[in-house]
Amino acid sequence: MKLILKRLLLALPNLVGVIVVTFVLTRALPGDPAAYFAGAAATPEAVAQVRTQLGLDRPMFEQFLSYVSDLAKGDWGVSLATGQSVISELKGRLPASLELTLFGLVLAVSVAVPLGVLAATRPNSAWDHGVRALTTAGVSLPTFFTGLLLVYVFYYKLGWAPSPSGRIDAFVSSPPTVTGFYIIDSLIAGDFTALWASIKQLILPAGTLALFVLAPLARMTRASMLGVLSSDFIRTARASGLTPMTVLYTYALRNALLPVLTTLGMVFSFLLGSNVLVEKVFAWPGIGSFAIESLVASDYAPVQGFVLSMALLYVLLNLLIDLAYTWLDPRIALEG
Amino acid sequence: MSPETIVHADPRAAANVPPPLLAVDGLSLEFRTRSGVVRALEDVSLSLQKGELLGVVGESGSGKSVFAYAMLGISDAAAKITRGTAVFDGMDLLGATERELREIRGREVSMIFQSPRTSLNPIRKVGHQIEDVLRRHAAVRGQDLRERAIDCLKRVRIPDPARRYEAYPFELSGGMCQRILIALALACQPSLLIADEPTTGLDVTTQAAIMDLIVELAHERQMATLLITHDLAMAAQYCDRIAVMHAGHVVEVGPAQVVLHQPQHPYTARLIASTPHTADSIAAMQPIPGSLPDLRAAKLPPCRYSARCEYRTERCDTEALPVVPIDATHSVRCWRAAA
Ligand SMILES: Nc1ncnc2c1ncn2[C@@H]1O[C@H](COP(=O)(O)OP(=O)(O)OP(=O)(O)O)[C@@H](O)[C@H]1O
Ligand SMILES: [Mg+2]
Repeated sequence: MKLILKRLLLALPNLVGVIVVTFVLTRALPGDPAAYFAGAAATPEAVAQVRTQLGLDRPMFEQFLSYVSDLAKGDWGVSLATGQSVISELKGRLPASLELTLFGLVLAVSVAVPLGVLAATRPNSAWDHGVRALTTAGVSLPTFFTGLLLVYVFYYKLGWAPSPSGRIDAFVSSPPTVTGFYIIDSLIAGDFTALWASIKQLILPAGTLALFVLAPLARMTRASMLGVLSSDFIRTARASGLTPMTVLYTYALRNALLPVLTTLGMVFSFLLGSNVLVEKVFAWPGIGSFAIESLVASDYAPVQGFVLSMALLYVLLNLLIDLAYTWLDPRIALEG
Repeated sequence: MSPETIVHADPRAAANVPPPLLAVDGLSLEFRTRSGVVRALEDVSLSLQKGELLGVVGESGSGKSVFAYAMLGISDAAAKITRGTAVFDGMDLLGATERELREIRGREVSMIFQSPRTSLNPIRKVGHQIEDVLRRHAAVRGQDLRERAIDCLKRVRIPDPARRYEAYPFELSGGMCQRILIALALACQPSLLIADEPTTGLDVTTQAAIMDLIVELAHERQMATLLITHDLAMAAQYCDRIAVMHAGHVVEVGPAQVVLHQPQHPYTARLIASTPHTADSIAAMQPIPGSLPDLRAAKLPPCRYSARCEYRTERCDTEALPVVPIDATHSVRCWRAAA
């Protein structure tokens, strides 16, 4: 408990930094929201009126102070484009993004870790080289390209995947919202048609994300596993006649996962970044595509809200990773 | 050709000596590495009776650990055994499959290592690590497992074993970790223990305590022990017999006190003169001249000590090394003794 509090306090300066930087960046962007929302035919007087209404004519510092005090009150502002509060807009879209990102992450981990172990236990074998080739291909292609390629092959050419148009087939009704995660909600509702339909939609975009982060995870697993396998305690375990399974999993892998966990935190930030493009390619109704639309419209509040919620997610996931770390590694607990 | 075959060829010895627990004959092992072939062991013959303590002594790099790992079948992947046999309790160790070896490791033959702290899994409770071995080899399950593990800790004289059971290695001292490793090695009552420099890295008082413990347990259980060390004086203090290794050769084998007081091989004599316990004063201590030959050399002389030896003659570098029996239990590989 103390550890959690400590971590959250440590994250505070980062969050403050994020707030300041996004505020400054959005103001520095070209484009005038007042002109945009007053409409193309508006007279200069009308634009000035909109500007006063939005408070954009006040000094930058004053705008910042009122933004921060609103934030403190839990008010993230209003989207000019939709007229809805930013919080409710994000809340409605966040589950879609989270489901996609987490599914991608789980997919990546469940492929990368076994591949890394396979490569480490057979160094310089065909497996090892194969894994290296696969992971290199994964990072060297930009995500939107991988996404388009997957769509082209699996939807357009082979017809195995459904059309890249959102979270669920147009002819299947989405499950009643409980968590906002379609997979979980359809399980709760016992609606297997919806479950299958939403998994089908998820596979390609999540696969695109997974391919992108497969490389760092598999490489880290391989390197860390190789290191652990040559350590003294593995020799002890082998000299005690323990079975290869016990040596590999109970002894080697658990130790090797510690650095992989750290990589996971880093990889998650890659995922949040590439999410934006992947959502665009797959017409995914998440916060990423919302952020792009808002950015194009110079709609500040949602963009700031988007970046802030990403930062919060990142802090949260790293907290979870720290907790997993203390759970896995007894040596950490003392310092916490 | 080896010292041991000669010893057992003696009819008197053969009559009253039961078959050895471990008999290694003419073992040669090399590492095939990118920088060449390292001939780490050549024609090594050693035997060990039930309950006997044999000290294997030699400088760093003389092949002691390589020999120990070969016995357990846990050598590096680059290691190739090119000649020889090793029979443990009727079982051919060198011809056994990995599966067969796994059955005897930790149950019949156990090993403890130097650097006890890193030899334990850092993120697993020591009690659980002992349980892993028990679960693997003994038919113990459930709650009994915990009791047996605590019992193992008790038998290596660990105070408050129930509390130690819950400890992680980083919470324990080096000496305590070595006791845990001993408990782990002895959990299944092996008949052979290989202790590879078990006291290196421990402070002097702990060293003595650990050695006393190993020897005491070995006697208590009639357990044969191969004590690997570079300290000849310590080996002589604890062991029945001593084998001296140099650059992958066993150069001298004999009863501990005989080897210590009447060394036959020039290297043994040098080794004794270089150890602080046996030299009369620090001033009398003499380092061994020269260094081990490069075991990767294409043409190693028959006697690998010749380049460092003050008694070197021409035949040392040309004729195959003889095994010279001094008496029924003591033999040496040196032309000088043959003269
Ligand atoms: N995996 C390996 N590949 C190549 N050469 C090796 C390997 N392992 C050991 N050797 C070589 O075998 C020789 C014997 O090494 P070994 O570790 O048995 O020495 P040692 O007598 O145990 O020394 P120490 O007292 O330092 O433990 C050394 O020359 C070493 O370089
Ligand atoms: Mg060694």
